[in-house]
Amino acid sequence: MVDEDKGGVPVSMPPVGSTSGAPAELPPASPAGRGMFGIQGSGDTSGFGGLVRRKVRVASSPRPFGGWFDDVYDALEEAFGGLDDAIERVVVDRGELTLHIRPDRILDVCRTMRDDASLRFELCSSVSGVDYLGSDERRLHIAYHLTSMTYQRRIRLECAVTAENPRLPSVTSVYPTADWQERETYDMFGVIFEGHPNLTRILMPDDWEGFPQRKDYPLGGVPVEYKGAEIPPPDRRRSYQ
Amino acid sequence: MTYATERQTSEGKVFTVTGGDWDTVVGGTDPLHEERIVVNMGPQHPSTHGVLRLILELEGETVTECRLAVGYLHTGIEKNLEFRNWVQGSTFVTRMDYLSPIFNETAYSMAVEKLLGITDQITERATVIRVLMMELNRISSHLVWLGTTGLELGAISMMLYGFREREYILEIFEMITGLRMNMAYVRPGGVAQDVPPEAIVKIREFLDMMPRKLKEYEALLSGQPIWIERTKGVALLDVTGCLALGVTGPVLRSAGLGWDLRKQMPYCGYENYEFDVCTAQTGDVWGRYEVRVAEMRESLKIIEQCLDKLRPGPVMVADKKIAWPAQLAIGADGLGNSLEHVAKIMGQSMESLIHHFKLVTEGFRVPPGQVYVAIEGPRGELAAHAVSDGGTRPYRVHFREPSFVNLQAIPAMAEGGLIADVIAGGASLDPVMGGCDR
Repeated sequence: MVDEDKGGVPVSMPPVGSTSGAPAELPPASPAGRGMFGIQGSGDTSGFGGLVRRKVRVASSPRPFGGWFDDVYDALEEAFGGLDDAIERVVVDRGELTLHIRPDRILDVCRTMRDDASLRFELCSSVSGVDYLGSDERRLHIAYHLTSMTYQRRIRLECAVTAENPRLPSVTSVYPTADWQERETYDMFGVIFEGHPNLTRILMPDDWEGFPQRKDYPLGGVPVEYKGAEIPPPDRRRSYQ
Repeated sequence: MTYATERQTSEGKVFTVTGGDWDTVVGGTDPLHEERIVVNMGPQHPSTHGVLRLILELEGETVTECRLAVGYLHTGIEKNLEFRNWVQGSTFVTRMDYLSPIFNETAYSMAVEKLLGITDQITERATVIRVLMMELNRISSHLVWLGTTGLELGAISMMLYGFREREYILEIFEMITGLRMNMAYVRPGGVAQDVPPEAIVKIREFLDMMPRKLKEYEALLSGQPIWIERTKGVALLDVTGCLALGVTGPVLRSAGLGWDLRKQMPYCGYENYEFDVCTAQTGDVWGRYEVRVAEMRESLKIIEQCLDKLRPGPVMVADKKIAWPAQLAIGADGLGNSLEHVAKIMGQSMESLIHHFKLVTEGFRVPPGQVYVAIEGPRGELAAHAVSDGGTRPYRVHFREPSFVNLQAIPAMAEGGLIADVIAGGASLDPVMGGCDR
């Protein structure tokens, strides 16, 4: 406790010179932009570089892809009827093969990838999402990392869906391990995996609103259960003018 | 004396159990007509390795249905990474799975290096130090597993022994990195600082001591009737089950499949080390115990080879556009940039100061693209899926956490078994909730 008679400052006093009640409160907007660096958009916390979100264009790789990539592609073409219809792009980058699959065909492709004797991708290592806000019309990408233990290969399947209709079939019937990983992708990106046995939130609380890993979801800016306070997003924090 | 408070709901009686009051719960139900009991175990429970919540449906002592709830330790590390530069990411990822910080850092650093295209430029010494640290970390992680599992199955002295030897490894870590846990020691481009000669002496002492200790653990546990009863034939999961559920690491190897990324898809020069992949054929908790103890012996072999391979040299890439500008040194006020470096940038070279400032505050740019880098962690395949948009910060980093994926196997192992075996089965997966929930 601070004794006011002895010159102490009570805790409830606003900071000297402050115009707003709480330190986290937004200062009045100025025409010069927000904050010292005029931050907009992503809210860079370092204040330097990367203030503009770049647009990434993914180019298709031409044949031959090199190494076993061609073997896998040929085997998939042979085993999967009408592959041209299901594949949108093939990308070879940094020694990794990515097949961009049409979202509605992902389950069929996964089944072939697992069952065909010349493919044998027995293990679905990882399912996760990436939000390409602003650089792709279908901004939500879902990446499946499959591992073939027989041939010791890794491959990435990627699907793109829009935020308005983020639906694609669940692969849990082929890879049961995708269960929790699809739930996490739903939890974080709001992608709806149709046919999933129990598509509920897994890491965030059940009653959470919004999908935290989307790029338009701020870091911070959520109410905290402490005296009704709120952590402002980085681009709206107290700034120096 | 009654502790358990009971409450009538539309779905039946609900008891709040606080401990030491099981009799009142059993006494409060009619054993003939109400055999089904739903028990909520955790999230604060001494046997759930952190904050894991199990919802068990019981008939008598048999588990008929088991569901898991995770997420109590979610800290948003993946989201936070997107708001820091690539080097700062090390300090975040090291805090995910707090029992295997070096593995998290290495997976992350290797992903960044692959994105940068500098994988070949990582110096020999840095790579050997990474392997050395990873194997020390693997032993410390397995020791915690052995200790806590011993505790949960009634071998309390095992817990004391396990943590005692782990403490020794943490002291080695402290000597090398300055920190016992969450070291952020492995950084994109190499490691934060060189290994001091005193640490090598201490590691040699550890190599002398540890085989004897491992024998002691086996003498304590392997012939022990209670340990055998609690582990043999308990929580079975065969290779098919493991692959379907995505379970990797010691649990998969205990089922008989010798899948170890260090051998199958070598990284960090693991192909140049002599060691065996340890397997068991039983697929039960006993097999997982045997595999982990054997793996500690193999790790000791690798550490010894690391010490022989360690040649003087730089521990960071030569590229000044990527390498951290300063070597770290311990000063009077703790660990920080070395005095010579501070003297140079503050007193001699303006260009060095600008360079330091730019690299430390802004960071380096990483060409756009995405990579998936997997390593063999103590719990299985630990992988980082890193996406860059060409900027100084990660666009998206996702961690394929073995704890998260492996935990899905608990219902498969627990349902149909006894409630006591849920503990043994869950512990045998070695889940770390900090990693699972991230």
